[in-house]
Amino acid sequence: MPVRSVLSNEMSEKIKAASRHTSRNEHLIFEKSSPGKRAFDLPPLDVPAADPKRALGEFHRGEGVQGFPEVSEIEVIRHFTRLSTWNYAIDLGMYPLGSCTMKYNPRVNEFVARLAGLATEHPYQPQELSQGCLRILSLLEKCLLEITGMEAITLQPAAGAQGELTGLLLVRAFHQKNGNPRNKVLIPDSAHGTNPATVVIAGYEVENIKSNAEGQVDIGKLREQVNENVAALMLTNPSTLGIFEQQIPEIAEILHSKGALLYMDGANMNALTGVTRPGRMGVDVMHLNLHKTFSTPHGGGGPGAGPVAIKKFLEPFLPVPVLVEKPAGTFALDFHRKESIGRVRAFGGNFGVLVRALAYILAYGPEVRQATEDAVLNANYIRKQLEGVFDLPYTRPSMHEVVFSDAIQKRHGVNTMDIAKRLIDYGFHPYTTAFPLIVPGALMIEPTESESKEECDYFIDAMKSIAEEAEKQPELVKTAPHTTRVRRLDEVGAARKPILRWKSPEKVSGATG
Amino acid sequence: MRYLPKSPTEREQMLAAIGAESIDELFASVPEAYRLKEPLELPGPLSEAEVIQYFQARASENSAGYTSFLGAGIYAHLRSVVTDTILQRGEFLTSYTPYQAEMAQGTLQAIFEFQTLMCQLTGQEVANASMYDGSTATTEAVLMAERVTGRQRVLVARSVHPEYRDVLRTYAKNSGLHLVEVPFTPSGTVDLNAVQSLVNDDVCAVVVQSPNFFGAIEKLDGLADLARNAGALLVVAITEALSLGLLKPPREADIVAMEGQSFGLAPSYGGPFVGVIASREKYVRQMPGRLAGQTTDQEGRRGFVLTLATREQHIRREKATSNICTNQALCALAATVHLSLLGKAGIREMAAQNLAKAQFALQELEKVPGVKRGFSAPFFNEFVLELPRSVRLVNAELLKSKIIGPYVLGAAYPELTKHALVCVTETIPRSEIERFATELKMALEVPV
Amino acid sequence: MAYPQYRYTPQHEWINAKGDTATIGITDYAQHELGDVVFVELPAVGAKLEKGKSLGSVESVKAVSDIYAPTSGQVIEANGELQNQPETINSDPHGAGWLVKIKLADPADLHTLMDAAAYEAYIAEKKEASA
Repeated sequence: MPVRSVLSNEMSEKIKAASRHTSRNEHLIFEKSSPGKRAFDLPPLDVPAADPKRALGEFHRGEGVQGFPEVSEIEVIRHFTRLSTWNYAIDLGMYPLGSCTMKYNPRVNEFVARLAGLATEHPYQPQELSQGCLRILSLLEKCLLEITGMEAITLQPAAGAQGELTGLLLVRAFHQKNGNPRNKVLIPDSAHGTNPATVVIAGYEVENIKSNAEGQVDIGKLREQVNENVAALMLTNPSTLGIFEQQIPEIAEILHSKGALLYMDGANMNALTGVTRPGRMGVDVMHLNLHKTFSTPHGGGGPGAGPVAIKKFLEPFLPVPVLVEKPAGTFALDFHRKESIGRVRAFGGNFGVLVRALAYILAYGPEVRQATEDAVLNANYIRKQLEGVFDLPYTRPSMHEVVFSDAIQKRHGVNTMDIAKRLIDYGFHPYTTAFPLIVPGALMIEPTESESKEECDYFIDAMKSIAEEAEKQPELVKTAPHTTRVRRLDEVGAARKPILRWKSPEKVSGATG
Repeated sequence: MRYLPKSPTEREQMLAAIGAESIDELFASVPEAYRLKEPLELPGPLSEAEVIQYFQARASENSAGYTSFLGAGIYAHLRSVVTDTILQRGEFLTSYTPYQAEMAQGTLQAIFEFQTLMCQLTGQEVANASMYDGSTATTEAVLMAERVTGRQRVLVARSVHPEYRDVLRTYAKNSGLHLVEVPFTPSGTVDLNAVQSLVNDDVCAVVVQSPNFFGAIEKLDGLADLARNAGALLVVAITEALSLGLLKPPREADIVAMEGQSFGLAPSYGGPFVGVIASREKYVRQMPGRLAGQTTDQEGRRGFVLTLATREQHIRREKATSNICTNQALCALAATVHLSLLGKAGIREMAAQNLAKAQFALQELEKVPGVKRGFSAPFFNEFVLELPRSVRLVNAELLKSKIIGPYVLGAAYPELTKHALVCVTETIPRSEIERFATELKMALEVPV
Repeated sequence: MAYPQYRYTPQHEWINAKGDTATIGITDYAQHELGDVVFVELPAVGAKLEKGKSLGSVESVKAVSDIYAPTSGQVIEANGELQNQPETINSDPHGAGWLVKIKLADPADLHTLMDAAAYEAYIAEKKEASA
């Protein structure tokens, strides 16, 4: 009997430890390594081996890469599988992040992007052997032009920010051709951070334009600020508040009357697709985010794609190469464009991402309007249910996203960050906090069309519950999250003494490596 | 529609809850004149099978059945199916940027491992979470050098990938940067004497590529000395990252800008790939893009967060180090998994196979009458041949035998009229290399 | 808190003069708004400062604040301690958390700045407005 009780104590400790280990305490891949383990075998060499010292001389790396992983295949699978279980994802639930459009990433898109014959192609291979790829690009161009109502397009930019830069470079080239490149770009104070950052890289100065009391472009101020020094206004429509810029015709007119251009940041196209077209609103140049509106996966932060659609007068300046259709119905890439702004990246574009976007469009066809309608329906449903529970600073109709503020909860000392962290305990990823800048304490919520009524109701219930907790148990909210694997990571320490890589113990102690 | 989780009844219920009669009411803020009355003219809707059919048809219209000897910045290497197994996990594929660290520790730890691998490979002290690709990484490296030194002249070797230089030119035009081209010597490497005469205290960066566009490996120590003595930074671009499996890491570089496509990413007609920026710790605050840092939580557990975010656009806005937001995170994950699979021995072996295949190919091709080696510098898996006639004509012949011939250098380098850039990786069987030599011989015998 | 008898700017810098040199820092209000300081960017010794222009910045995890020169002068010393211990700005903003010492171009200019009482009133107003 004594033996039994000793054993059962030990066993229960061991069982406790075991049940905590598999997914909870995964180390770095380097910490799991030991010399001699291999995860991948190559087929044997069928030509004579080369003597690296002879072939490379002084350039030869004498030893293997110090500290490189040495693990087996199963350890790689387990390692990364375990890591993945620490992530939230669209496949698990809603991301109500404003202006991110976290919609379902259709799996057939993954399948077709990986097809042999698409994934295998090299952009320098003869164009006659790339007609399949070029046809895909051509069809995507046509579809995006139909959706935007614009007249020409480039698929080259690798992401939205790069699209913004490309768009501004086109604007600059246009003005330069007309004799005055101009020196300023107007940016609303509600803009996404990439807008002002991009303006500077494009060689322009940022001039802020204040929004009016309704969170829209202040027409009076615009009239004052637009002059022959202004190259363009960068407008997000709907705005980052989720509100349609009703005065866009006046905005376009004011700009055009002074020779300035209207750039539209298309991040919020999810509110417009199939319902209206920027091309008809006086937009001269715009970018799209394929990893938002067009369902290509976020993958933890990219890759994306940021095509830029334009009116015909900007066409001469497009980046090279430009896709052209020959009379015989074949496609070719035109590299000889005298007035082109040049390349913004090597090779073509993020072709694999473009394939996924086209697959999404083909799956929907003209019915893509239904997706837009469902996105706007979801946002308005959530808005209606949470109005009064959370403060609504701007009362104009919302489109696909709604922005609340934490003004009511602040009275109990609870702010938007706290509410966001508490939302994690309810099984959701936080909404966008602290943006747009014009709403202090913002809660920016975009559900997308991928959320069912049931999911929306869960979200609404969670938010209502947190609002009540903010009032009755503020400390619970302020110390959230309570249920995650790690809690309240020390971001201050990480910024003061950055540790940005793992170092092997020999390296740390100063020995070779 | 299968992607939309709503029944007609539910839509009605939600409209009722909102107090709207129809969905059109919710679009009332869009002026009447702009609202579309007709559906968009788009192909579809297609079922899953039809979507697949469409793309399979396109896939059959490309280069299936051909053997390619193209490299020039994009390389065909073996990739394990394990990489896609991991990438396809929904928790990685459909996850957002890891701003909320508690819900993204998987992504953040993987980024930390990626940063570590890049440092180990390049011999640099810190690497970021990825840039779009090698070409934009190179440009961002130059902009970084501009910020660090406060200078605006850039010396760029002509032996750097032509498209990388094009991208740099596009960005430079609008930023006041002044680019100066540095020639290459008959051996195919950058002309050190030219660098010496061109470098001065107005220069922020000396940009070279190694192995360079001709496949030739550059000697970096002399270049580093010249740059350092003038107070400029040495930027080394790398397009064939696998070369680091067998070549000494560019420790002399101040900034390394690398294309990581060789690590588990298919050529995919040009993208998406993964750019890498790696540099010295003292420059970390001038580095663009995201950085994952190690930290602890309130219970002392190790965790990871995005850090030094004050460099980035969402905080600094117009004073940001770059406008980059979305990067290539999933591609960086692919590289991390791929390198974990290859491991210390595997990357060396794969690199050794490339070296062997390229040496063998050169040997076989030099046997073909009239074919000469173009440059004498040591190379990894790419080398230049000089042919007795136009490479384009030769390639047209080779196509008939289902061989995609080497890259025509004459387009980007007009003086290299009959030169071709041959790439041979571990994926090309010996029989195909031998066939290439045979077909090349026959192509050269075709009357012009 | 009772603010020391320095002079203050509306951008929340303080300046404490002794003869023709002065020490500059950011106020307790500023460090509180910023949160935990992680990094400080300071000008080099010898740098010329122009009144109202940025002389450097203070960073927290989520924000960056430019520091503006309260008056013109030349930097004679920068607080090197802050490289390793930026948190000193949070714990002792008016003392050990000083940023730079300068030689004043015009000592009389300081009279145009707010004194402690005026600054305290100024921030009290700000706190009320945002409440």
